[in-house]
Amino acid sequence: MEALFAITLGVLTASGVYLLLRARIFPVVMGLTLISYAVNLFLFAMGRLRTGVAPVLGKSAEYGDPLPQALVLTAIVIGFAMTAFVVVLALRGLGEVHSDHVDGREPDQ
Amino acid sequence: MMHAPILPILLPLFAGSLLLLGHRLGRGIQRRLSLAATWALLPLSVWLLVLAGDDQLRVYALGDWAPPFGIVLLLDRLSALMLLLTALLAGFAVLYAVRGDDERGPNFHALFQFQLLGINGAFLTADLFNLFVFFEILLIASYALLMHGNGAARVRASMHYVLLNLLGSSFFLIGVGTLYGLTGTLNMADLARQVASADATQAPLLAAAGYLLLLVFGLKAAILPLYFWLPRAYAAATAPVAALFAIMTKVGLYAILRVFTLIFGSGAGELADLAQPWLWPLAAITLAAGVFGALAARNLQTQLAYLVVVSVGTLLVGIALGTAEGFAAALYYLLHSTLVSGGLFLLADLIARQRGELGGELQHGPSLRQPALLGGLFFFAAISVAGLPPLSGFLGKLMLLRAVPVGSPALLMWSVLLIGGLGLLIALSRSGSTLFWRTSGSPVAEAGADHLRILACAGLLLGSLLMVVAAAPLQAYVQATARQLLDLSPYLQIGMGGAA
Repeated sequence: MEALFAITLGVLTASGVYLLLRARIFPVVMGLTLISYAVNLFLFAMGRLRTGVAPVLGKSAEYGDPLPQALVLTAIVIGFAMTAFVVVLALRGLGEVHSDHVDGREPDQ
Repeated sequence: MMHAPILPILLPLFAGSLLLLGHRLGRGIQRRLSLAATWALLPLSVWLLVLAGDDQLRVYALGDWAPPFGIVLLLDRLSALMLLLTALLAGFAVLYAVRGDDERGPNFHALFQFQLLGINGAFLTADLFNLFVFFEILLIASYALLMHGNGAARVRASMHYVLLNLLGSSFFLIGVGTLYGLTGTLNMADLARQVASADATQAPLLAAAGYLLLLVFGLKAAILPLYFWLPRAYAAATAPVAALFAIMTKVGLYAILRVFTLIFGSGAGELADLAQPWLWPLAAITLAAGVFGALAARNLQTQLAYLVVVSVGTLLVGIALGTAEGFAAALYYLLHSTLVSGGLFLLADLIARQRGELGGELQHGPSLRQPALLGGLFFFAAISVAGLPPLSGFLGKLMLLRAVPVGSPALLMWSVLLIGGLGLLIALSRSGSTLFWRTSGSPVAEAGADHLRILACAGLLLGSLLMVVAAAPLQAYVQATARQLLDLSPYLQIGMGGAA
């Protein structure tokens, strides 16, 4: 399970970085979203990957760590807010500078 | 009073929420509320400073969950000092804003309060994930504040600023997550204990997490490879916003100081002083790049933004020293540079308003309506920034030069600091003489500057003079702060039933 998880994170991050470097708003937003998915999954995995164990100490030898889930929840909420802000900013930018390039102007050919 | 440490977080939170709910209230009521809430932080932070002066660490456990399980706030000398500085800067910035700048976009005052909430929270928290949350609060407020007033330049600058910081937040979470995965805790004091006793197989991963945090804080603080967003953002921001942003880079530096003295400091076993070898060269090149930027700037606001970069480099020199003298010098310089650069951003706006369409462009222009007053203020600020006697920049730089140990580091740092000072002097004399002497024709401005605006600007700049007059008690305080930071054992007691 760990290997699959790690590969997923790697693919997500690599795709995110590739999209981020496209320097156009839509791919950049998609890239940031993919990276934040990868980060959230990573945070989640930091409580170790286990299935079917209770998040309670002392019930059994193994237990699930509930704290990363709380962290991930916070990170997801913040990530949503930030993504929403970027989208609004991008719309604003399209209206004001008439370009979807992240520099706000078309690169010279 | 035991609830004192949380008040600087609650006050802007409630004031901001109230302002948001009451956005239909009249402009006058909003302004009064915002002014009252911001200035109320000043006596509050003075009180906290006095409280922290007894060298006790005050730990505030939220919800009474004992550390390391719950989230804790920590009030020590350093956080009290930073809170006071924020309150002073914010007070004058909002005083400037109420004279019309707040009308250029909706919800200025509410955003301003949320920005203060984030900054105060970042200075008070003793939990790494909580630090992330407060960083995000101050960032999202700053995105909106940066956009305040609209315009194409602001949109372009915001785009870089927002995207870079979003990526930075991802790195922050990876760093925090790695630390949690390895140590099972996020409380800074507990982390410090765990890192100190970590076994050798974990050391490389812990170091990677530490460097990730350094990268994130470096982005916030605008250290060399990561500063390119700053000049455009600060130059594009509305004056009171730019003045408040003078503290934002210091939040990054504060986080470096906190994390790399406590968690990865002298007590971290194999990872002791993790960042120190990196900070030296980074400080030198950041300083140099800032000076070159200031020399090359064609616009007053851009030049001031590069002065912020220079001050970051200078402060980093003190932090890189890692000694009590270095920290004390850095803290004194931090107070000075924040107040003066805040004042300078306000002053630049006052000057730009009297130059008509030219604004802050550094070229031949119309004569000013009040050349003597604005020129005097500019001269005062310039000699303070360049580090000439008798103002606080000189004292700060002197403390820093004396803190550098004799030998090869002194050879590098003395020359960078002193040649950098010379560069700033040249840059500021060039812009000063262009703005005030290379003028012709009659003034384009119909009226002189608003009195309250001048008061706000002069108030911040006079802080420089006050820091010279009160240099002895201030120096004693920053030295005690530096000693407290380097004496790790009281911090490590947090959560073990010691200081709580």
